[in-house]
Amino acid sequence: MAPSDLRRPYKRPQLSDQQRRRELSLKRQEQSRDAELQARRLASTLLSLPPEQQPSDPEPEPSSSTDYDLRDASKLKGPAARKWFAKQLMLPEWMIDVPHRLPHDWYVLPRPAGRRCFVVSSDGTTISRQRNGTVLHRFPSALPHGSRNRDGSGPPSYSILDCIFHEMDQTYYVIDMVCWKNYSYYNCSTEFRFTWLKEKLAETKACDPPSYYHKYRFSLVPWSRCDLAGLHNAYAGEVPFIKDGILFYNKHAHYQPGNTPLALVWKDEHCSQYVIDTDSKGQVPSHQQVVLELQDDGKVTTSDDPPVVFSCLNLDFIQQSGLQSGCLLRFAIGDGGLTIVDGKLERADLHYVGTSNRARAFADTYSKIMFQSMARGSPLRIDDLVASISSSDDEADTLDVEMAV
Amino acid sequence: MALEVTQVLLNAQAIEGTVRKQAEESLKQFQEQDLPLFLLSLSRELANEEKPVESRKLAGLILKNALDAKEQHRKSDLVQRWLALDPSAKTQIKMCLLQTLSSLVADARSTTSQVIAKVAGIELPQKQWPELIGSLLSNIHQLPPHVKQATLETLGYLCEEVSPEVVDQDHVNKILTAVVQGMNASEGSNEVRLAATQALYNALGFAQANFSNDMERDYIMRVVCEATLSPELKIRLAAFECLVAISSTYYDKLAPYIQDIFNITAKAVREDQEPVALQAIEFWSSVCDEEIDIMEDYGGDFTGDSDIPCFYFIKQALPALVPMLLETLLKQEEDQDQDEGAWNIAMAGGTCLCLVARTVGDDIVPLVMPFIEENITKPEWRQREAATYAFGSILEGPSADKLTPIVNVALTFMLSALTKDPNNQVKDTTAWTLGRIFEFLHGSTVDAPIITPANCQQTITVLLQSMKDVPNVAEKACGALYFLAQGYEDVGSSSPLAPFFQEIVQSLITVTHREDAGESRLRTAAYEALNEVVRCSTEETASMVLQLVPVIMIELHKTLEIQGLASDERERQSELQGLLCGCLQVIIQKLGSSESTKYVFLQYADQIMGLFLRVFACRSATVHEEAMLAIGALAYATGPEFAKYMPEFYKYLEMGLQNFEEYQICAVTVGVVGDISRALEDKILPYCDGIMTQLLRDLSSNQLHRSVKPPIFSCFGDIALAIGENFEKYLIYAMPMLQSAAEMSARTAGADDELTEYTNSLRNGILEAYSGIFQGFKNSPKTQLLIAYAPHILQFLDSIYMGKDMDDVVMKTAIGVLGDLADTLGSHAGSLIQQSMSSREFLNECLSSEDLLIKESAEWAKLAISRAISV
Repeated sequence: MAPSDLRRPYKRPQLSDQQRRRELSLKRQEQSRDAELQARRLASTLLSLPPEQQPSDPEPEPSSSTDYDLRDASKLKGPAARKWFAKQLMLPEWMIDVPHRLPHDWYVLPRPAGRRCFVVSSDGTTISRQRNGTVLHRFPSALPHGSRNRDGSGPPSYSILDCIFHEMDQTYYVIDMVCWKNYSYYNCSTEFRFTWLKEKLAETKACDPPSYYHKYRFSLVPWSRCDLAGLHNAYAGEVPFIKDGILFYNKHAHYQPGNTPLALVWKDEHCSQYVIDTDSKGQVPSHQQVVLELQDDGKVTTSDDPPVVFSCLNLDFIQQSGLQSGCLLRFAIGDGGLTIVDGKLERADLHYVGTSNRARAFADTYSKIMFQSMARGSPLRIDDLVASISSSDDEADTLDVEMAV
Repeated sequence: MALEVTQVLLNAQAIEGTVRKQAEESLKQFQEQDLPLFLLSLSRELANEEKPVESRKLAGLILKNALDAKEQHRKSDLVQRWLALDPSAKTQIKMCLLQTLSSLVADARSTTSQVIAKVAGIELPQKQWPELIGSLLSNIHQLPPHVKQATLETLGYLCEEVSPEVVDQDHVNKILTAVVQGMNASEGSNEVRLAATQALYNALGFAQANFSNDMERDYIMRVVCEATLSPELKIRLAAFECLVAISSTYYDKLAPYIQDIFNITAKAVREDQEPVALQAIEFWSSVCDEEIDIMEDYGGDFTGDSDIPCFYFIKQALPALVPMLLETLLKQEEDQDQDEGAWNIAMAGGTCLCLVARTVGDDIVPLVMPFIEENITKPEWRQREAATYAFGSILEGPSADKLTPIVNVALTFMLSALTKDPNNQVKDTTAWTLGRIFEFLHGSTVDAPIITPANCQQTITVLLQSMKDVPNVAEKACGALYFLAQGYEDVGSSSPLAPFFQEIVQSLITVTHREDAGESRLRTAAYEALNEVVRCSTEETASMVLQLVPVIMIELHKTLEIQGLASDERERQSELQGLLCGCLQVIIQKLGSSESTKYVFLQYADQIMGLFLRVFACRSATVHEEAMLAIGALAYATGPEFAKYMPEFYKYLEMGLQNFEEYQICAVTVGVVGDISRALEDKILPYCDGIMTQLLRDLSSNQLHRSVKPPIFSCFGDIALAIGENFEKYLIYAMPMLQSAAEMSARTAGADDELTEYTNSLRNGILEAYSGIFQGFKNSPKTQLLIAYAPHILQFLDSIYMGKDMDDVVMKTAIGVLGDLADTLGSHAGSLIQQSMSSREFLNECLSSEDLLIKESAEWAKLAISRAISV
């Protein structure tokens, strides 16, 4: 009947190191399990979705993602797939300020101009799908189980690569790897994925010139540490493809589907033909244009998660124009520009232009709008990147402690 | 027969072994031959006033053990046996027991009250023995004191044995009335008063209704408070124990009494004997626990919900409470730090002060600072130690803004005291305080760093120096280093510890070799610090971590060379092997996570695995948990290569899965099966029959701790993913198990927080199994085998949705299963999916979730369903 011993832990940590080791093991197992399911789901969809997902289909957009009605589901297949697919690729944010420690924590690589897609090889065939789910090619390749030629080479497996298809030389430039022979790389660091990508690709004949069982050549985009030499090579070095800016990948980041600040894209006139957005006629409009999504309450927002609110439309106007929430709307930014206070958008001088092209699945991201805005006024220049790397090198030895916090 | 029992019972306590053995044997035989008669004879022996007290006591003890056991499965066996017993035998036994409560022999009464409570614990939930409480209470007022005492004691044990639901309120009222009257100051007998006070402690859980009634509660509280003033130590102690229990069970009812309780406890802390003073301090620690919990429920910003409001008792009592606790700090015992079992008023007061700081935050700082400043430089060690402890105690709770300026000044002082103070206890507390500084005020989340390039080197030098001090001081220095390293966990690619890495590792290894490293947990603390230093190291020191591999391997090898150890030495050897395997686990995980180091490291894989297998071989029936954990990490690092170790390793894997008693080992082994499935993929197939058989056996066992069951289900999913359609032959076993667990989880939901948490982990395991099975069968011609299970799985998802008590993880996994089901079964499940609630309300709720992972899973489900029903 005696009450339990009232002694409490004294001068001892509450969690034993053994308990910590158990928990870390469980966490590792949980993450591996999730990563494997994630890769399987992506592979399954890449392989089995019908090839044609015409983005210009006159299908109605779902009025809002929360209002999903099963009766319409079959009709929504196109948009649902498009939205889902678009979120599976790791999408770099636009670089609007230079991250610290570029040479220590980042890789840099030139970005080939072309169509971003997933390439999956399995069961004797290879399929590439673009961001909107449309099949780009279905072809035999030298990737594992990518053609009928390689039967009998081990148990069935699937591999998924993140590529840019470059029209001019009909080559898939591989920028990342999600899965290789069933092994999921989702929760591996960039450093790990890039090293293995190079290794694994070299084990196959995928980089060989095209042949009967290998319709398109694959090629690795050269990456390097983001020190001065690396940056210079990516920016000005000779590459066999047309460049569209340069990419920065944080070494420690996992493959994270959707927009992420741990991958960044930057460009100027020297390394890209398309620095400032053009309109449908290829002209640079006099005022910057942005595409935003209309919400239930009249707010217009970016596609970030959470979305950034740019403005709020008058409800009368919404009714008169027959706009529905979920619509993507095009605006011009007036002379008032964007007002930023303490790094946060406070006010935007928006002028309504019209609804956006149906081919778009998403509104612009905040970083894209800001990059475009800066590109028109005071762009982030290559000199700024160089300066950041130089100062980072100086500081590396002495100021680590301060930099770390 | 009766006479014989007496002699056998006495013989069973004989000093001479053969006599004792023989007696035990005949008791066992008697029990097996005729259980009713055996129990009846024992109860008659217990009731017989002419029998010697020794035989009566043992008779009572055997009766008690025939009704209850520690292990859950044995306990339920015993309960079933009692319930199945001949009713007339049970009636006679119970009569004997009730009669014994009036015995003149105190020991007989006391044993009997426990036996009665055990019987009540079995029978009352079955609505049997309804007259028990009534008959105990019928004429309690007229009973002689010794019978009254025994009756109250019985009521106390009874309240401990049975849960409040099975006693109706009328009986509760009568019990409480009897107990509280027995506690009253007017009660003449101290024995009665003590028994009543101790009974109240157990009866408090029954008094929910009575505590909601102002008059009844006032009365109970008055009697308890009066009992704290009794001249009898034991009664005062029991009364304070009641107050502690009340503070956690009825926190929200304390307000009217808190001022009086403060006065009572303050007097006890300052003037009463130590056991009472400790309980008085515990009251305030317990109130802190409550308020910390409530504030955590509020989520800190007071916008969340908590069922119970916070009354801020600690904040209000602060000006008086803090000085009282500071006084206790000066009452240290000599060498309390060297004694693992020590617990005294200074330790209790210090612990309470830490809790108070966590409860009130910044407010405590100005109340403690003058005490620190006044005492920290005094010549008397007690004053310096108390001041240092006071400083250490306020480091968790108050804001970094408030503490940083103070700590910045104090750090130099502490570092110097750790080297120069002549007193070991002061140094012990100083090292502990440094550890707390690093734990709470150093790291990537803190704005202004405490450790700077200017003081980093000095800090490390002092800590390493102090590791050569006496064991208890060295242990705390290792602990401080642990948190110093932890603060650099997210430092990026360059750590300020890197320049000292070699020196730190060397010093820690030296500590583990100290002859006195077995004292004060020193060796363990050194390995734990080493683990953390490795865990938080960066790539610049990767080559040095690599060099550590052979060093630790040699240490482990040495433990394997020693033969013919005595049992206590074997235990120490096994403990050391645990530390070394733990260290290797951390190193494997570290080196395996970076591509550049993994290759070099893998050259050691064969040798390391060989050592782990030898560690296993050191033992006969059980596997070493730490070695198992390390093997999981190794499988993850080696990948498919691990297949070559399987022939030798398999038997230990099976042994781990069979370990019901040490369920942690079983759980860890289940996790390793998952690691191996992912590493080997279809190469695990030859071992799957054995593994699945064992896992299914584990699930059907009522001996295995329930916490292992959810990971076993997850493990089904891992195996299915690895072997794909080959999982076919296990479906007929695994699916019914999953189904019945799913049904059970629907029934147990919503009982209490702990059960809800378990239910959610069970659901998560079941769902992970389903996801693994569906994705494993994807694109196989055998997919149709799964169609039959779809209706039940969809029902399960609906029931989870309707239960409304799922956590975010379950929500994510559940909606993912919906997608996997649609993905794998396609149009075969189209109409089923359309009929299920999960594909409408549940999916919509997940699509609009703020949790990214849930949303992602839901978008997958949406896409897969769209495809399934459009084909």
